Amino acid sequence: MSYTAETLQLLAPDGTLRYSDETDRFRDRVDALDETTLREFYRHMAVTRRFDIEAGNLQRQGQLALWIPSIGQEAAQVGSGFAARAHDHIFPAYREHAVGRLRGLDLTRIIAMLRGLTHGGWNPADTGNFHLYTLVIGSQALHATGYAMGVRFDGLVGTGDPERDTAVLVYFGDGATSQGDVNEAYVFAQSYQTPQVFFLQNNHWAISVPVSVQSRTPLFRRPAGFGIPSVQIDGNDVLVSYAATAESLDAARSGEGPRFIEALTYRMGAHTTSDDPTKYRTNDEVAYWQERDPISRYETFLTARGVDAAFFEEVRQEGEDLAADARRQTLAMEPPPADSMFRHVYSDEHPLMAEQAEWLARYEASFEEQA
Amino acid sequence: MTETMTMAKALNAGLAAAMDADDRVLLMGEDIGRLGGVFRVTEGLQQRFGEGRVLDTPLAESGIVGSAIGLAMRGYRPVVEIQFDGFIFPAFDQITTQLAKLTARHEGGLQLPVVIRVPYGGHIGAVEHHQESPEAYFAHTAGLRLVSPATPHDAYWMIQQAIASSDPVLFFEPKSRYWPKGEVDLDDAGIGMHASRVVRTGTDVTVVGHGAMVSMLLDAAALADEEGTSIEVVDLRSLSPIDYGPLLESVRRTGRLVVAQEAPGNVSIGSEIAATVSERAFYSLEAPVVRVSGFDTPFPPAKLEGAYLPDVDRILDAVDRSLAY
Ligand SMILES: Cc1ncc(C[n+]2csc(CCOP(=O)(O)OP(=O)(O)O)c2C)c(N)n1
Ligand SMILES: [Mg+2]
Repeated sequence: MSYTAETLQLLAPDGTLRYSDETDRFRDRVDALDETTLREFYRHMAVTRRFDIEAGNLQRQGQLALWIPSIGQEAAQVGSGFAARAHDHIFPAYREHAVGRLRGLDLTRIIAMLRGLTHGGWNPADTGNFHLYTLVIGSQALHATGYAMGVRFDGLVGTGDPERDTAVLVYFGDGATSQGDVNEAYVFAQSYQTPQVFFLQNNHWAISVPVSVQSRTPLFRRPAGFGIPSVQIDGNDVLVSYAATAESLDAARSGEGPRFIEALTYRMGAHTTSDDPTKYRTNDEVAYWQERDPISRYETFLTARGVDAAFFEEVRQEGEDLAADARRQTLAMEPPPADSMFRHVYSDEHPLMAEQAEWLARYEASFEEQA
Repeated sequence: MTETMTMAKALNAGLAAAMDADDRVLLMGEDIGRLGGVFRVTEGLQQRFGEGRVLDTPLAESGIVGSAIGLAMRGYRPVVEIQFDGFIFPAFDQITTQLAKLTARHEGGLQLPVVIRVPYGGHIGAVEHHQESPEAYFAHTAGLRLVSPATPHDAYWMIQQAIASSDPVLFFEPKSRYWPKGEVDLDDAGIGMHASRVVRTGTDVTVVGHGAMVSMLLDAAALADEEGTSIEVVDLRSLSPIDYGPLLESVRRTGRLVVAQEAPGNVSIGSEIAATVSERAFYSLEAPVVRVSGFDTPFPPAKLEGAYLPDVDRILDAVDRSLAY
């Protein structure tokens, strides 16, 4: 499955910006992006990719239990993430590193999780309302819907005040679209007309299973059948990702109910560092998507607009610095104390936790006595 | 004929044997076909038996188990793979409200020979939801059979016995034991899947466990032996029903019992064994039954699994506590 006649695209793979009858409505939104913002798109994509490569290296060197690469999906993530306002809420799956970064998440918090130090890693209140990763496929779709129901019940949609109207953006993959939870989220979202945007990154694979096993129909058609207006976009085009998400979030905030975006993209790397993609996909397919790389296409576009080499060099250096810093921080990360596992299981005191924490402390002390 | 192989290979061979023997046996799951499963347990089976018998399903556990129920109604014998322990829960409803009950609701007029394979347990340093031991939830549900092999030999035979069972079977595969090799007797199963077994004889204390815990118990017994304590090890093998015969017979000789498991202790298989042995062997017991288990917390981040999971030291500590009475 690749781009279809219905796929909305602004930036072609050769880096040229073109409008069609379908996409002309995005013209104002794109024109409104100032030079700094256009450069920020690039910076976030390129720096996150450099970080991602470093994290993969750290995993191979035994520093992480696992790494989940996002390489190839930067445009889908950065464009959509940029479209959210500061007070919107974002519910990721587990591959949305670029979105996290632009909401203010220190990416080494993801490393802490995948190094086996924590199951969470951050507090959404401190990370621009970027909620925790969810490893159980599709669960977060319902959480996002419930959150958006609450926003609506609180009267924070359609007030006309951009500082108050709030939307929820939820990310998930093509595999996740088969889960009951995701489909139930569509049902609740349309029933309660939630201020919510479903953002599907169709990267064409759920581990080794091609998207054709999940669906014979383009995935963006499904929510339409549930009564949720939907579009399919070129997910490797950061401009259309931004514009389509901004449009959908505006609709959601103004009380028009949920929207759905299918972003066609590709997971250039392995599913995770535990995976061997040569077992199930061809080099030709990877090469096909390599030519549609989100960052190089955008770099061509910026260059044609007159952005000079010094900017790209500065971003490259920023990526190097971030990678080096991430490495330093990772190597310094110590495991948490054993008794931390008893903390926060409940909000209040709990006899089992107290008893077992005390038992473990006594047990561990008994080794020290012997020594 | 015996062959040395890993548990993963033994399961693969057992599945292939069952598929050869009965063409109504189907495999279903996520990534089990082309990839051969994330643990490669089904490696090569799709090439060998075709896409019609080894199904890479859509990503939906409730869908997988629910449709396996329908296939079983139609006379197939589906063997379902759940990719990791923590991902069985989207199917919990289909397993507990449907799979477990439909035979009784049909008053015997329907059999549901569905096997659900669940790689489970810790010791692999993985991320959240990938190291859990959820067996108690299912043992608590009437209508399900639960087994867990500890060796390649048992894996090879028990998977075939599970597939042959007329009832639904939850087949818990100790994933930390997938790769060590062991001898498999390809001609003789030895015993049925619901029998427990003494795997090391001893005189002072009986210890019992299942799955990956069995090799841990054997290591503990070997260490204790050096210090003059003789431990008898029982491999439970079947979690529902539990075969109490060999266990009670052992406890009547040793007078002491330690129950070990990776799962949290609260309301668990270990609790059930402790209660039952106390009831049935009260006059033989020299000490209360001692439980060793994971703590009653969520399975912690990988760096803390060493503190969470019972190890040889914690087992020997429990043995000492039992002997102190
Ligand atoms: C409920 C559940 N079942 C199975 C898994 C194992 N698993 C992890 S990722 C994955 C594939 C997900 O594919 P997709 O939704 O397309 O997201 P992507 O990884 O491609 O970003 C699977 C099957 C899981 N994490 N959760
Ligand atoms: Mg995918």
